Amino acid sequence: MALNVELVGKQYPPQAYEVGREKIREFAAAVGDSNPAYRDVDAAKALGHDDLVAPPTFAVVVTRGPQIAVIDDPDLGLDFSRVVHGDQKFQFTRPIVAGEVLHTTASVHSARTMAGNDILTIRSDVADDTGAPVVSVFATLVARAVEG
Amino acid sequence: MAATVLASGVEVGAELPSQTFALRRVDLVKYAGASGDFNVIHWNERVAIEVGLPNVIAHGMLTMAEAVRVVTDWCGDPGAVVEYSTRFTKPVPVPDDDAGATVDVSGKVVEVLDSGRVKVELTATCDGVKVLGMARVVIQLA
Repeated sequence: MALNVELVGKQYPPQAYEVGREKIREFAAAVGDSNPAYRDVDAAKALGHDDLVAPPTFAVVVTRGPQIAVIDDPDLGLDFSRVVHGDQKFQFTRPIVAGEVLHTTASVHSARTMAGNDILTIRSDVADDTGAPVVSVFATLVARAVEG
Repeated sequence: MAATVLASGVEVGAELPSQTFALRRVDLVKYAGASGDFNVIHWNERVAIEVGLPNVIAHGMLTMAEAVRVVTDWCGDPGAVVEYSTRFTKPVPVPDDDAGATVDVSGKVVEVLDSGRVKVELTATCDGVKVLGMARVVIQLA
């Protein structure tokens, strides 16, 4: 089954994510980043943040569930066994901080086939409890053409 | 935001301090756990080679997370990042040894934008091969 390009624009139900201090600390440790703003609340506050600030790419943790809902859509027709990560973009309105609940709405931003490769961009819009935007994440996945 | 670098003191062409990151198998396992990305090509050599990769490869998002430190360490506040985008042009193969892969990252200011924002272009290489393409970070400076 080929990638269904008619799904462009389809939105999926929003998912909530509660940002925990220990998850930010774990993520920062996993990427080897000892920046005190990711570990020490006072250091983060000294920079003007309300609580621990999340590393920029922590947004992938927040948007992971909603992205999987898109990939698992039986109507999508993406062969995940042949997928590589093509590109990634984050557009921040403000940084993510510990203690907040975020709501992510994922959608099919673009879907096309080029030289036999299926190219899918998933857009994930992350908002806070008041509905104000926090970050938009664009992930492009490429399902490589079957050779031969 | 509390970036410690002043926009008024930044010029196009300014180079940020380079950094070198080691990515070993254990780092990939830690990142898989922390991120929830358990794609087998990042930890299972047998499957990675079966699907045509040279070896287990690092998560592109792990390389992206490491690379942006050149910017966040320089500007003083990770919350100053307004936009960050890249292409994953080549995989980072991670051998099963104590040294792992080495990724060298440098950054250069390529544009001074309005309202104290600057655009930095990152160059990330592994064994001299560019692994990120069009890697750009826009930051809000003081």
